[in-house]
Amino acid sequence: MILLCLFMLYPVWYVLVNSLNDGSDALRGGIYFWPRMFSLQSYRVVLEDQSILRALWITVAKTVVGTLTHVFFTAMVAYAYSRKELIGRRIYMYLGTFTLFFSGGLIPYYLLIRDLHLLDSFLVYIIPALFSFFNLIIFLSFFREIPEGLEEAAKLDGANDLKIFIRIIIPVSMPVIATIALFTGVSQWNDYFTGVIFINDPSLQPVQTFLYRIVSESGSTQLQSGSINRTVTMQSIKLATMVVTTLPIVLVYPFLQKYFVKGFMIGSIKG
Amino acid sequence: MLTDAKAQETKALRKRDARQGTTAGLLRKIAAQRYLQGMAILGAAWMIIFNYVPMYGVIIAFKNYMIAKPISEAPWAGLEHFREFLQDDNLWLMIKNTLGISFFKLLIGFPLPILFALFLNELRSVRFKKAVQTITYLPHFLSWVVLGGIVATWLADTGIVNDVLMRLHLIDEPIFYLAEPGYFWSIVIGSDIWKELGWSAIIYLAAIAGVSPELYEAATIDGASRFQKMRYVTMPGIKGTVSILLILAVSGIFNSNFDQIFVLHNSLNNSASNVVDIYVYQTGIASARYSYSAAIGLIKSILALLLLLAANYTTRKLNDTSLF
Repeated sequence: MILLCLFMLYPVWYVLVNSLNDGSDALRGGIYFWPRMFSLQSYRVVLEDQSILRALWITVAKTVVGTLTHVFFTAMVAYAYSRKELIGRRIYMYLGTFTLFFSGGLIPYYLLIRDLHLLDSFLVYIIPALFSFFNLIIFLSFFREIPEGLEEAAKLDGANDLKIFIRIIIPVSMPVIATIALFTGVSQWNDYFTGVIFINDPSLQPVQTFLYRIVSESGSTQLQSGSINRTVTMQSIKLATMVVTTLPIVLVYPFLQKYFVKGFMIGSIKG
Repeated sequence: MLTDAKAQETKALRKRDARQGTTAGLLRKIAAQRYLQGMAILGAAWMIIFNYVPMYGVIIAFKNYMIAKPISEAPWAGLEHFREFLQDDNLWLMIKNTLGISFFKLLIGFPLPILFALFLNELRSVRFKKAVQTITYLPHFLSWVVLGGIVATWLADTGIVNDVLMRLHLIDEPIFYLAEPGYFWSIVIGSDIWKELGWSAIIYLAAIAGVSPELYEAATIDGASRFQKMRYVTMPGIKGTVSILLILAVSGIFNSNFDQIFVLHNSLNNSASNVVDIYVYQTGIASARYSYSAAIGLIKSILALLLLLAANYTTRKLNDTSLF
């Protein structure tokens, strides 16, 4: 088990120590456990590069906005669908279930996004990611466990359904909300493909798309060539960018771990 | 006679009233739950736009769609694109790559998390178990771009793999792994297992936690060893979860983890890395052959649906668990 853990961690460690080494020296290879010539030069270049900073900012913005709106919207719809007295409930559920098994595929989806004028728009990160029927099912199984008396009492006090949802359901559903928020947040943070196909404007691309473009064979032209000097190489920039894009998630994740394990169980066993 | 007719008339009237009553009643009920309906309809509207409109958009597979005009004005092409696809030189290569990668992922990547969960469950120290879990989930949270970068760094000419192999004098010259089609499948499958092993195990651990402790106590009284308990209590206990996940895995066999392959794919390893999804992307988005590409996507969606139904049917017949 310990061996397995080392095996799991080592690739990440390897990238970290190589990124902390002087760039041209690292090209000789042979750095395994500690940097040979310690240097933060690559990080300085990365953190001074305007295009990387802007990409980071876009990523933060889309992760925060996208996660909040997704959780609120999906939970709201799930709450409506969880109520037994909802007229047309079966129809709504069939409508959703079918989407889990069949889809139009990439091309019609691309054409839809184009027709909605979401190409080269920040909203392409938010609106199409507003809802997920899969997450709705996870919410549903949680909402079913909430005692009905809670809603009844609020209703007697004259609250409407939207108010009940915001004032009562959201506060008592924090474990499942935290879980879905974590899942959504991670996938928003890590998503590069939306940026690759729907965004041409470099000022709107998230950092993962930026990284994709320098990792894949297509582009090393992204970086301002003037900023690359002898101690920093394309490779070391790449590694430093990888570390910078990953660090936030790695730092947040131990704190959220207890939520997602719990939430995963909520979603999986009963669903 | 007269009273009879009258009775019939009133009966009909009452019936009409009742009918109107229910329609009006239904409307009244809907109006009464207007907030709830509003919330529900917003969700339905999103699904109609983002799920069902693309399903309708699939008809461009039967048309010659041009970018400038709306779909409805494009001339019909019948099955032309499907016929062309059957004659495409890339067809067999694509099918081989898609199914091949998925098959080995299933063969190796499906049982490993189960084994891992079983062993993890046997660990006595709670602290150590938690630590192992935390570490093994970690790669799941890295994006495929970062992982692609890690893989590229490892396999680069000065990367650690070449370095170690050269020091051990197993090879004389560095190998460009990502440029050699022969290595591609192993790279994809290996990196996928590395990323998802710990994460996939969570769901089995949850299932194991759900097995009744009384069964273990009974087995202990009967003198079962730890291994026997694992074999005769835990494994049957998680059979349902395993079946469900197997259905999902089998039905996803045409989905070759696009995110991952897209990152690792390049023109040199194309003969081993060109899977259906990559091809759809290349013909559709990159070369703008929308109708042709949509036709391929449609075939894939239908095959995936059929496979899901078949897998579901089989597991239901075999051991009474199914998705629906």
